[in-house]
Amino acid sequence: MSLPLNESVVNIKPSGIRKFFDIVSEMKDAISLGVGEPDFDTPWHIRDEGIYSLERGKTFYTSNAGLKELRQEICNYQKRTQGINYDAMKEVLVTVGGSEAIDIGLRAMINPGDEVIIPQPAYVSYFPCAILAGAKPVIINLKAENQFRLTADELLNAVTDRTKVLILPFPNNPTGAIMERSDLEKIAQICIDKNICVMSDEIYSALTYKGEHVSIASIEGMKERTILINGFSKAYAMTGWRLGYACGPAEIIKQMTKIHQFAIMCAPTTSQYAAIEALKNGDNDVRLMRGAYNQRRRFLMNAFKEMNLECFEPYGAFYVFPCIKEFGMTSEEFATRFLEEEKVAAVPGSAFGDSGEGYLRISYAYSIENLKTAMERLSRFVNKLRSEKHNV
Amino acid sequence: MREELLSIIEKNSRIDIKELAVRLGKEEIDIVNELQKLEDEKVICGYHTLVNWEKTSIEKVTALIEVKVTPQRGQGFDRIASRIYNYPEVRDVYLISGGFDLLVTLEEKSLKDIAMFVSEKLSTLDSIISTGTHFILKKYKDHGTIIDEHVKDEREVITP
Ligand SMILES: Cc1ncc(COP(=O)(O)O)c(C=O)c1O
Repeated sequence: MSLPLNESVVNIKPSGIRKFFDIVSEMKDAISLGVGEPDFDTPWHIRDEGIYSLERGKTFYTSNAGLKELRQEICNYQKRTQGINYDAMKEVLVTVGGSEAIDIGLRAMINPGDEVIIPQPAYVSYFPCAILAGAKPVIINLKAENQFRLTADELLNAVTDRTKVLILPFPNNPTGAIMERSDLEKIAQICIDKNICVMSDEIYSALTYKGEHVSIASIEGMKERTILINGFSKAYAMTGWRLGYACGPAEIIKQMTKIHQFAIMCAPTTSQYAAIEALKNGDNDVRLMRGAYNQRRRFLMNAFKEMNLECFEPYGAFYVFPCIKEFGMTSEEFATRFLEEEKVAAVPGSAFGDSGEGYLRISYAYSIENLKTAMERLSRFVNKLRSEKHNV
Repeated sequence: MREELLSIIEKNSRIDIKELAVRLGKEEIDIVNELQKLEDEKVICGYHTLVNWEKTSIEKVTALIEVKVTPQRGQGFDRIASRIYNYPEVRDVYLISGGFDLLVTLEEKSLKDIAMFVSEKLSTLDSIISTGTHFILKKYKDHGTIIDEHVKDEREVITP
């Protein structure tokens, strides 16, 4: 019997991460530097609000767009951190993670054949979601020499008259790169001139270590052409709660809400109550976690310096992206040998796009003790590879 | 950097200067100077170790003692507090709001030692009106640390 299968789904390659996951899972006692989620538990007062909502019997659907109070808190948050004014009734949609917002945002905006520009290395979902929305993905290969920021020239070279959407993935997973105001202003100008909409994935906005995060939507003329995506997973260590949101022009949010209404109904109710508490009283938790990440980031940068491993200094998220080109191997070969010989799992940069080839994503969502052991092993491994190369 | 420095060493005072410098993005000399200052200003009052005595063969009993006193003219509670805290077996003395005045904690080898201290030394002090002794049966959390906690990383090993 031939089962019905959708061709575009079948043709999507499984994530490069998946492949690596299978190798790691076979191996006992490996240490991992491979996760994309915080090591902290959700702060207790936030969990407690979730529990309390259950005790009070808040176990029903919410309105499709999400609890009104939560949408209002999201507006307050965007107002106080970015100075952007969103209308809680028309310009905000609460989603099942930033993930859902990426998916339905593209589906709501794209017609078959429209081009979506995706700067890479980037989070693994943009490309397949663009494909599923019927778009033609256009890749920009970001460069280490620009600290993996998107430059105006790179964008201009990728724009055609079919370009509809630019995905702006900063602070970036996997590189840790950020875009500062001056970088964003140039990108904004092009988007306005060429009439391009931006999908700005700001899920790591709270984890920025050089000044405060700037949203492109806060730049003059951009709010009306930006879908801002954010969520609770990274900032508040709430990955398992599955909660995120999109803010943007009412017309687009309206269409996204339609898809969300029919495909999802509403985001998890318990999580929405917890998220209200996170936005109201969670600033200090975020500050403390950001401080801890920043210490680890500095620790890793120093470890790389000591082992002479090239790495640009990333100022966002919780990843560093060292260059391993000197060893003359692919990222995957390097990561596989590192795992087999030193039992440390890190994700090959190539899992995040061709321009990630030659790099390794190391997550610092781990305790300093963990990172210390891992860096001792990396240093030993790097020295071994260097002496091998010498002896050939 | 003060707050961050203090929060690190409050949890781990054995961390070396170099690591502190790296993690805080400062020079080692700045760390040394700041620590010296904090010690001089008595912001840092000691570098203690959190010991779970339960896991040793050494017997320890801890008691929390509520003490009601008559404050003394001109000196309030300070004089009586100092008479209490000068006993070496007394670990902590706090002035407390509410139903009693001083909270005293005591660590001894046995219940008997504690009983002796309370009846012979504490109760006989002049301005003491009454005492109430509570023994600690089990410590769940001490100095912000959950005792005997085994943390296991519940996360998937690789996630995007
Ligand atoms: C860049 C980026 N965007 C979005 C997400 C999705 O996060 P969530 O769906 O948990 O909000 C992730 C998760 O790893 C991410 O790294």
